[in-house]
Amino acid sequence: MNLNRRSLLQLSTAAVAMGAFTLPARAQAIEELVIAYNVSLPSWDPTTGPSAVNPTIQGLYQSVFDQYILQQPDLKPAPGLLTEWGWNEDKTQVWMTVREGVTWHDGSPFTAEDVAWSLARVAKPETGSPIQFVWGTLANHRVEGNKVIADVAQFDPTIFKWMYFLTGYVLPKAYYEKVGAEGFEAAPIGTGPYMVEKFERNAFVRLKANANYWGGKPDFDTVTIKFVPDAAARVAEVESGNSHVTLEMPYEEFNRLKGGPLAGVSAPISDIGMIFLNDIDAMLDPNVRKAALISIDKQAIIDRLLGGYGVKIDTLETPQYDAYDPSITTEYNPEKAVELLAASGFSVDNPVKFKIQTTKGFKPKDYEMIQAIVGLWRKVGIEAEIEVYEIAKHYELRAADQLAPAAFYNWGNSVGDPTTSTGFAMFGPSPHSVWDGKDLIDMIGPLWGEKDEAKRIEGWKAVDRYIAENALVIPLLQYVQPILHAPGVVVTPHASGALLPHLMKRA
Amino acid sequence: MRVLQAILVRLFTTAVTLAGVAVVVFVVIRVVPGNPIAMMLPPGATEEDVARLTALYGLDKGLWAQFGIWVAGVVQGDFGTSITTKAPVLELVLGRLPATLELSIMALVMAVVLGGAAALVGTRWRGGRVEASVDVANGMALSVPDFLWGLVLILLFGVLVPVFHISGRVTPSLDLPFTTGFYLFESLFRLRFDLWADLVAHMFMPALALAIPLAAIIGQLLKQSLKETMNLDYVTLARTKGYGEFRVILREALRNAALPTLTLVGVQFTFLIGGTVIIERLFSYEGLGNMAIDAVINRDLPLIQGIVVLFAVIFTAVNLVVDLLYAVLNPRLRHG
Repeated sequence: MNLNRRSLLQLSTAAVAMGAFTLPARAQAIEELVIAYNVSLPSWDPTTGPSAVNPTIQGLYQSVFDQYILQQPDLKPAPGLLTEWGWNEDKTQVWMTVREGVTWHDGSPFTAEDVAWSLARVAKPETGSPIQFVWGTLANHRVEGNKVIADVAQFDPTIFKWMYFLTGYVLPKAYYEKVGAEGFEAAPIGTGPYMVEKFERNAFVRLKANANYWGGKPDFDTVTIKFVPDAAARVAEVESGNSHVTLEMPYEEFNRLKGGPLAGVSAPISDIGMIFLNDIDAMLDPNVRKAALISIDKQAIIDRLLGGYGVKIDTLETPQYDAYDPSITTEYNPEKAVELLAASGFSVDNPVKFKIQTTKGFKPKDYEMIQAIVGLWRKVGIEAEIEVYEIAKHYELRAADQLAPAAFYNWGNSVGDPTTSTGFAMFGPSPHSVWDGKDLIDMIGPLWGEKDEAKRIEGWKAVDRYIAENALVIPLLQYVQPILHAPGVVVTPHASGALLPHLMKRA
Repeated sequence: MRVLQAILVRLFTTAVTLAGVAVVVFVVIRVVPGNPIAMMLPPGATEEDVARLTALYGLDKGLWAQFGIWVAGVVQGDFGTSITTKAPVLELVLGRLPATLELSIMALVMAVVLGGAAALVGTRWRGGRVEASVDVANGMALSVPDFLWGLVLILLFGVLVPVFHISGRVTPSLDLPFTTGFYLFESLFRLRFDLWADLVAHMFMPALALAIPLAAIIGQLLKQSLKETMNLDYVTLARTKGYGEFRVILREALRNAALPTLTLVGVQFTFLIGGTVIIERLFSYEGLGNMAIDAVINRDLPLIQGIVVLFAVIFTAVNLVVDLLYAVLNPRLRHG
């Protein structure tokens, strides 16, 4: 073939056209499910490093690996790799029964040894698990038949909840020891519903269905998850038919598309928006705190800024959490806020002044919400100066207890236990807490090791009531996660916020 | 001899520049708020947990002690290990470099073609509506930043008339036989036009978004140079010989008029590579820029250092090449 300039040009044009026409069409039946995901996956080890505690990528991990205990879409636990679990009578030991007949992705059998080894591995400080302080409360892990027994070094009532939370994954002992950390990173295997076929960092992961999955083979044989961090590009992906499912887009875009060529589901997830109050400066005055709390019309903010996609909350517990108490409420009462501020010598003409920190664009309408709140505060005699910061700076300031008197943040608690919401957010000695009042520390302290579960939950409800009555934090809303998808797929949302391909079915 | 001396001087200044960049980036990313340990602290972590993780990642040592360890590693080709991916930094950045270079080169080619064509058309029909139209188009192209062009292109060719891929570098289901990271070039070399077409269909929009502002700059500067050159005596002489206007522009004026544009293209190419950071993110293109944003978000200090140093190497290398090319093409410099 003679290749001259003209024929090369013609060939190129034809080739590009050919490439363009391979684009998938939305109208076609879905053979291979394509998901445009909002974050990329940095590492395949779900138990160590920063990725292990990143809630947004847990859905990717849960596609490949199983957690010790299965978490259902409503956050409730269910038998998974462990079919039964519990403490002995005096709670000095834990026991776990391991599911039989499960295989790893390489075909080797899953055994109780894998569970014992996985638990012991993350309990060692040198492994580098960020959750070592939890896993380290168990020691002397041993196997007895298909049971795993461990001694309780320090009683933690939430230990089994961590088994379906961050880093609570079972890894293959024999395979990991054979290939090492690097080999596992290059070719990870789990017992999960999907197997990793191809992975390009920052680009995509291609998954193949695990035909031997103990929970039943997933509906889609092949799933490609593209990492598309830009929200506009994600929307374009599903709008053009390049992808079938995506999540986390502006609510306006969700509303525009869900009733048209695409379908949409939106459900409350376990993340909440809140304002930390630091016990410094103006926040030492209870009148100021209470006025700041009751002058915010949360429902109006949800309706007008978030298009109704949010659930108003008055404690740090959402309705799905174990210690949720609907009787604990805080009112919206700007007139009373004016009276409270007047009692402390403040008014619209002589406002109390403090700084409020917020992220901008980290969560939907975060900055706009704070702008609206500052506007509401101004009407009652609070003048707040907004400072925008990056989420990384928030973490650092919070760990050093150097946040401003008020600071917006979103808190995730996909296990729904009060220790991982109110507990860590409000217990003074915790590096995540901002309020350091001794009265609250004294209330929370005994609950960490409380062995009577009913008493423990009631205790946390009392703590929540005390916090609400004294305005020690400002809970705002529970987020609603928008998911857009092609009509050919049915998506089941998970209240943890994880987008799980094995819960998706053909329509 | 003079060129050799100039090269040696440039190599020395390049080395000094890179050393300066290394110091600045190392210090700055440790001084700005946000550290990787704070990023990975789960609820319930204690001060002891913070100390344990800080020591695990080597961040418990003093700033200059950390710098010394890093430099000692770099000298031996070890840029450290990424905190988030747990992979060697050098392997990560070199793995992504070809994707970014291919995108940048494709954008540069597009910019030169579009800008050159605009300049030639504007010069050929100067003083009339055509030139005015070229100026308006150039103005529009310059006024809109590259990421906005990216969004416009996504809307046009990704959604309204979906002919190009919106995200990624290649279709995930394709089997890639490549041994290098330069997929576009290797697919041509292997005569795999199907893969080449798929790669182009992915690269077209990000490359064009990067190219449009640069094309406008090239178009404006080259047109201006051409118009000035068209008034010179040797061009008038060519005209009196009866040559057509286009031939005069292409054969007589273009070579001299292109010299200032060449320098500009060199400088702008480095900016274009910098622009890939945002564009790669927008199009989820698996290059260095996309990786850089993830590294910054996660405060992956070793990876940020590696990427910035590599960008610095590219910038200085491109500037060096442009200077040398200029010396070769400019007869006044070539002959002393």
